[in-house]
Amino acid sequence: MPDIRAFFWFFDFAGTRETKQVELTGAEIFVRSLVEQGIERVFGYPGGAVLPIYDALFQQDELQHVLVRHEQAATHAADGYARSTGRPGVVLVTSGPGATNAVTGIATAYMDSIPLVVFTGQVPTALIGNDAFQEVDSVGITRPCVKHNFLVKDVNDLAVTIRKAFYVAMTGRPGPVVVDIPKDVATARAEFHYPKRISMRSYNPVTRGHPRQIKKAVDLMLSAKRPMLYTGGGVILANASSQLTEMTKLLGYPITNTLMGLGAFPATHRQNLGMLGMHGTYEANMGMHNCDVLIAIGARFDDRVTGNVDKFCPTATVIHVDIDPASISKNVKVDVPIVGPVDQVLKEMLKVLKESKKKPDADAQKAWWKQIEEWRDMDCLKYDHDSDLIKPQFVLEKLYEVTKGKAFVTSDVGQHQMWAAQFYKFDKPNRWINSGGLGTMGFGLPAAMGVQFAHPKETVACVTGEGSIQMCIQELSTCRQYGLPLKIINLNNGYLGMVRQWQQFFYDGRYAMSYMESLPDFVKLAESYGHVGMQITRPEDVEPALKEAFKMKDRLVFMDFLTDKSENVYPMIPAGAGQNEMILV
Amino acid sequence: MRHIISILMENEAGALSRVAGLFSARGYNIESLTVAATEDESLSRMTLVTRGTDEVIEQITKQLNKLIDVVKLMDMHEGPHIEREMMLIKVRAAGPAREEVKRLADIFRGRIIDVSDTTYTIEVTGTSEKLDAFVGAIIRTDIIEVVRSGVTGIARGERALHL
Ligand SMILES: Cc1ncc(C[n+]2csc(CCOP(=O)(O)OP(=O)(O)O)c2C)c(N)n1
Repeated sequence: MPDIRAFFWFFDFAGTRETKQVELTGAEIFVRSLVEQGIERVFGYPGGAVLPIYDALFQQDELQHVLVRHEQAATHAADGYARSTGRPGVVLVTSGPGATNAVTGIATAYMDSIPLVVFTGQVPTALIGNDAFQEVDSVGITRPCVKHNFLVKDVNDLAVTIRKAFYVAMTGRPGPVVVDIPKDVATARAEFHYPKRISMRSYNPVTRGHPRQIKKAVDLMLSAKRPMLYTGGGVILANASSQLTEMTKLLGYPITNTLMGLGAFPATHRQNLGMLGMHGTYEANMGMHNCDVLIAIGARFDDRVTGNVDKFCPTATVIHVDIDPASISKNVKVDVPIVGPVDQVLKEMLKVLKESKKKPDADAQKAWWKQIEEWRDMDCLKYDHDSDLIKPQFVLEKLYEVTKGKAFVTSDVGQHQMWAAQFYKFDKPNRWINSGGLGTMGFGLPAAMGVQFAHPKETVACVTGEGSIQMCIQELSTCRQYGLPLKIINLNNGYLGMVRQWQQFFYDGRYAMSYMESLPDFVKLAESYGHVGMQITRPEDVEPALKEAFKMKDRLVFMDFLTDKSENVYPMIPAGAGQNEMILV
Repeated sequence: MRHIISILMENEAGALSRVAGLFSARGYNIESLTVAATEDESLSRMTLVTRGTDEVIEQITKQLNKLIDVVKLMDMHEGPHIEREMMLIKVRAAGPAREEVKRLADIFRGRIIDVSDTTYTIEVTGTSEKLDAFVGAIIRTDIIEVVRSGVTGIARGERALHL
């Protein structure tokens, strides 16, 4: 035999020898791994335990590092980046206080199933457990709010651990993953090899929904008299909006989206009844309460959606599509469960639907829609248009008009968040960025930074309140450093409005600690950071001011709207009530 | 109802705390928990005993399965199985009581594994119920110390929890 194999063998061997010679430090392995993973940007803040990593970052230019002003903001920025792109967000913080500051952002991402990989520095392995300077048990502290976490004790495991971290964060039901890297691991040397593919015997997310269950679900959907589609953030995470939209239009059924699911089906489409839940529309909640077949897709029957579970959808047979088996029948008993990736299941459902001879019952649909239109005619989101005070709802309506519905909108937590969800009509997914599960005040501004980094040419607005904005206000400095032209819409009612609303309704108007005193002059504050500040006090100035602000394409504009202090969010389902027990205006 | 759940996990530091943390965070109760490596050093096997309605047990197994380090698990009650627990019990055994304790140990097929002038230490193995019965049979004031291993279990016949 001619020795052609030996020839190749020689080259293989030479190749191996060559990679063997290249030993990198852990810090360099960290950088190379992220580059190999296709990461372009890390949000972070330096400190002692991560100095070797920062030194490695300094000596390269493939990976950008964004310096925030507080580690919480690093996690929210990475989170906003992830939510608006579908790609993982990456964070780098130091040990001890760096890690603990990041926890709020990690928990925020966890509750909304957002893929983040958070690298925390750790004291050298020899000191772990000694109460060393800036030591905390980061793996222990974050365990209940991560999808998984790792402590890397050997530099030889670093690359593969990073690969696993991204794999776990991004597949199945996504979520944050923490990788804790002791300082000596960052300085030790090892060969570098970043695995392209990875498999873990203990982690095998489902890749297909059960075909028989899918057929059963479609059959049930087609026999429905009063159907209702209820869809959540899972549709957006699975990038399945187009399939959802196609299927919903094909069926002609009403659809409602959760707070996390807004934009998965166009808000301006007639079939969309708007958001459901505690501050959802009358038509969406009544539709839920009265439906006979509930088609839940990528939604998790959260208590803010269901209200009292004993009164939830009393007449419905429930279909539930979700990637996470533990979500199924957790809060509400499901009749037809389908565990699988939402995009794949919807594709399969569409196929079955198109092949099916059965069609939706036209007469029943007519009657059902007639009923729904009656509910819709209640016009539950109406508010006073003749007020001398700026109504927050009005600002949001104008924001929608001025940005032509095309902005990315982040929000903080409170009344302004609910009004933004109600009044800004999202026709596309990944545009509405808010902390739904954890409800983290302080999320809006840093999240908007992450969105703007991901979409430098797009319009990014942050809808906030004077309470929330002060929780991460320091990030105005980051925005200045990186020239992020965000538009901040501060709905300043002088109150922790959502708290005040609950105190008005449920605590006889005893407004304990919900009044915001000693507010800064937001205009001067913005200016002191080098931004543009505006204060708007009259309804007639709202639209012109918005127009002016959004014309300033390269400046951050902080718009302080002094709004009606007494406005409340309606409709409202009080905690413990059923979906048909809404407080209307 | 009482369930014995056996879990094969990656033998990693922190694996135990992930399980314990899950139970405390979600408010599930653990009656007993045992862990040790298996014949495959990379795996550890955990046996836990918990109580709950069918819905709660379903959630527990789903949440356990969701832990990234969990490779496989089995609810023993889905089929016939054997359960065992071991107990070491030190009892006062002086005077006329000495004979009586020995007789009781024999009835329960316990083995006396340590003897002093005034005490016996007895090893008993069996179901938790049997151990309870043995403890119940001894005069309370005569019990000096009780150590129980926690329950382990294995399925009968071909059914097995392995990779
Ligand atoms: C970090 C954090 N702390 C406390 C809360 C409780 N909380 C929910 S809404 C709210 C008031 C928010 O006030 P503001 O940002 O001014 O918005 P508004 O409700 O007035 O629109 C508070 C304190 C929270 N969600 N997050």
